[in-house]
Amino acid sequence: MNAERLTLWLDDRLGIGAIAELARKKEIPIHRHSIWYYFGGMTLFLFGVQVGTGILLLLYYRPSAETAFESVQFIVTEVQFGWLIRSVHSWSANLMIATLFIHMFSVYFMRSYRQPREVTWLSGVLLLLLAVGFGFSGYLLPWNKLAFFATKVGTEIAGVLPVVGRPTLRFLRGGDDVTGATLTRFFGFHVAVLPAITTVIIGIHLMLVQKHGMSVPASLEGKDLKKMKFIPSFFLRDLIGWVLAIGVLAALASIFPWELGEKADAFASAPTGIRPEWYFLFMFQTLKLIPAKVLSFDGEVLGILGFSVGGLLLFIVPFLDDPTKPRRRSLFTIIGVIVVLYIVVLTIVGFIG
Amino acid sequence: MFLNYLLGTGFGATAIAIFYPILKFITPPQVIEAAQNSVTAGKVNELALNSGKIFKFGNKPGILIRSASGEFKAFSAVCTHLDCIVQYQPEKKQIWCACHNGQYNLSGLNVGGPPPRPLEEYVVNTRGEEIVVSKA
Amino acid sequence: MKLTNDSPAHPRSSIRSFALIPLIALLLFVTASAQKKNSCVDCHSSMDGALLEPVRLSKGDVHDVRGLSCVDCHRGDATKDDMAAAMDRKKGFIGKPRPSEIPALCGRCHSNAEFMKTFNPGLRVDQEREYSTSVHGNLLKGGDAKVATCISCHGNHGIRAINDPLSKVYALNVAETCGSCHGNADYMKGYNIPHDQFDKYKTSVHAKALYEKQDLSAPTCNDCHGNHGAAPPGLESVANVCGQCHVRQASLFQSNPHKVVFGLMRAGECVQCHSNHGIIPPSDEMLGVGEKSACTQCHGQGDSGYAAAEKMRERIDQMSASIGRATEILNRAERAGMEVSKPRFELNDAKDVLTQGRVLVHTFSPDELDKIIAPGLDVANKSYSAGGAALAELSFRRKGLAGSLVFILFLAGLIYLKVRELERRGADPQKQS
Repeated sequence: MNAERLTLWLDDRLGIGAIAELARKKEIPIHRHSIWYYFGGMTLFLFGVQVGTGILLLLYYRPSAETAFESVQFIVTEVQFGWLIRSVHSWSANLMIATLFIHMFSVYFMRSYRQPREVTWLSGVLLLLLAVGFGFSGYLLPWNKLAFFATKVGTEIAGVLPVVGRPTLRFLRGGDDVTGATLTRFFGFHVAVLPAITTVIIGIHLMLVQKHGMSVPASLEGKDLKKMKFIPSFFLRDLIGWVLAIGVLAALASIFPWELGEKADAFASAPTGIRPEWYFLFMFQTLKLIPAKVLSFDGEVLGILGFSVGGLLLFIVPFLDDPTKPRRRSLFTIIGVIVVLYIVVLTIVGFIG
Repeated sequence: MFLNYLLGTGFGATAIAIFYPILKFITPPQVIEAAQNSVTAGKVNELALNSGKIFKFGNKPGILIRSASGEFKAFSAVCTHLDCIVQYQPEKKQIWCACHNGQYNLSGLNVGGPPPRPLEEYVVNTRGEEIVVSKA
Repeated sequence: MKLTNDSPAHPRSSIRSFALIPLIALLLFVTASAQKKNSCVDCHSSMDGALLEPVRLSKGDVHDVRGLSCVDCHRGDATKDDMAAAMDRKKGFIGKPRPSEIPALCGRCHSNAEFMKTFNPGLRVDQEREYSTSVHGNLLKGGDAKVATCISCHGNHGIRAINDPLSKVYALNVAETCGSCHGNADYMKGYNIPHDQFDKYKTSVHAKALYEKQDLSAPTCNDCHGNHGAAPPGLESVANVCGQCHVRQASLFQSNPHKVVFGLMRAGECVQCHSNHGIIPPSDEMLGVGEKSACTQCHGQGDSGYAAAEKMRERIDQMSASIGRATEILNRAERAGMEVSKPRFELNDAKDVLTQGRVLVHTFSPDELDKIIAPGLDVANKSYSAGGAALAELSFRRKGLAGSLVFILFLAGLIYLKVRELERRGADPQKQS
């Protein structure tokens, strides 16, 4: 059959046989918490949607302060299905970060970061940072009032850090203020720098996952578990999820089209009730709650430092936790639950307040 | 087998449902660009000597004038007094605003009546048969 | 004396210092002579009250700045310290001039073209003559000392140029200056003219443009009444005066039978419907046969004018309503997330037609109005359709979405069935170790 001949031909030249073998052999353990296994793939799928829709948007978008807003308006009104591509891109970004959080927390609570998967965890936290970077840089690109002020406030906060704050602010903004220079810079980050780095890190992340296989919760380690083959069972199930995700995205794009807003005006005052995207909201709320001065330190600086330290701890969690010690284990679980609750509660407060 | 057939059709249809919008998206639309900085105001032979016409420049009206000597000039058609739309007066070879009798000369300068400032002048070029007006 | 070549016998620096001495002397001489002796200022500066005022005000006075001083108007001799010698009436000294003498006093210079040329060649020299044609001028000739003379508006000692914002006759100050007499009920007793002009003017659209928008082209008292030849425009010249700015309305009115009729009725043309001082932006209510109508002042039910007014109002209302409908649907589409800036722009043409329609009302002919309203309605309807199309597109997207969701769920279901089938069939046996 032609398909077989083609496969042999490709294998001879590309060695795809080895990869095909891996895929055929890959198995997914089935247990109470297997459901969480889907979220990594979902995040990857949504990232793929972002890349696809992002490339399409690139065909029409213009990254300068004078023309950015008009070009997005053009996409949404003149280009056929432009409204769909743009709204899907914006919604999928948010969904991707949501699934990323779920994936990360499920890995955390199942302690999948324990030996030998520490580096997988490290690459994962880097991916979290990159995703948030994508979100922050992408948000400015339509150059509307909301985005302009969100960027202003966000970079302002970065500038508050001691020593590195000011240079970081100038690096991010391309100057002292948020201007067209910031837009160009963020565009460069969003479509070139971050994608390049992310591709490499995703590559490492996926490769490590294949190398170590799927981790199981510690309590089930060594036990005899039912397994399903990756191809076709798990993959097809993954596909169901992805197809449903497409449906959700189409629904969101049609029923809640992403707003265009008004073109940014550097000299106008901030619109009332501005706030960042939901994934920054809990940090934003926290900063609002910290009193201006704590002891002799600037409240805001303390808040930022606090979050930075938190991030660092998250990064090195595999080296802090020792799953063999039950006390340590439950401590980390409790901390994890508190963090999740904190994030959820503050995000809700940020929305209502 | 029936399931396979359905599934195949299903995926095929989904693929079309995804690639059709994408294909339409990458096809250039009627208005080819978010033209804010330049616009085609008309055709060279459309405008008689010593006449003017109103055209759309972005969201605002502009006035395109062909002088008696054949030269093309273009200005913002929004009167600087109270935003009425100006018109060309061929007899007087000047731009006039009907609302309060404001007058501008062919350089856009406010020469009579209430208007406090000249009309913004645009750059006019011809590209073959088309007259292209762009912001200065 | 060449100052540029540096030769050993005459080094530049020493030549320079020699050249300076005569220069300094010249300077001292010039400044000294500029400070001419002025005994008027010398005496009056040591007085107080009304006698000190002239000295105080003269700083910055437009005449003072040009080197003219007290004696140029009042005559007398400013070199004499002795009061009797300085203010010798026999030698021509004019003390405080009587009101009736003032136009001639100012006119001594201001009507002298040759003299005025030496200061400002562009300045008019017929103010005195104009004044003699004015109501103020005529009353003054008849012996009335209360009327305005030159100094009433321009001041006597601290006179400023008319484009100086501190001048009493600067565009923004004119109405208040006129109103200081004309708005004073006690002062105006006996003249049998109203004294509410300033108050009424302050409520007008012209005053709003002038004071709030600082639009100096907006008319104030002198733009309609003249300044030196101040008089109300004749009843049959009103349209000419208003027509200086409102060209179209005036010319339409003047070629219309109403002009003749209003003339016969002594009705004051534009003023009859729009009033003279308290001119407010006209509303559509002034047209037609309703309560606030201007037409029904003369036209009664049954006459052709009444019918015309009714028809015109109907047309205008129709245009206004269709613009309103189109705006409303475009707003709805925009709120729902659709982009409608192009139909909104095109609707401006319809708004233009409405403005034109309101001008064409001055033809008092429904047929004239019809000529532009019909195409105008087309434009408004096009925008309305565009709004409708936007809403239809929205609905299409939602329907398309609903359809595709059904399909997607169907597909997801199919995949699930496939998975089950594969697993059931044992083609993918679940490994049991």
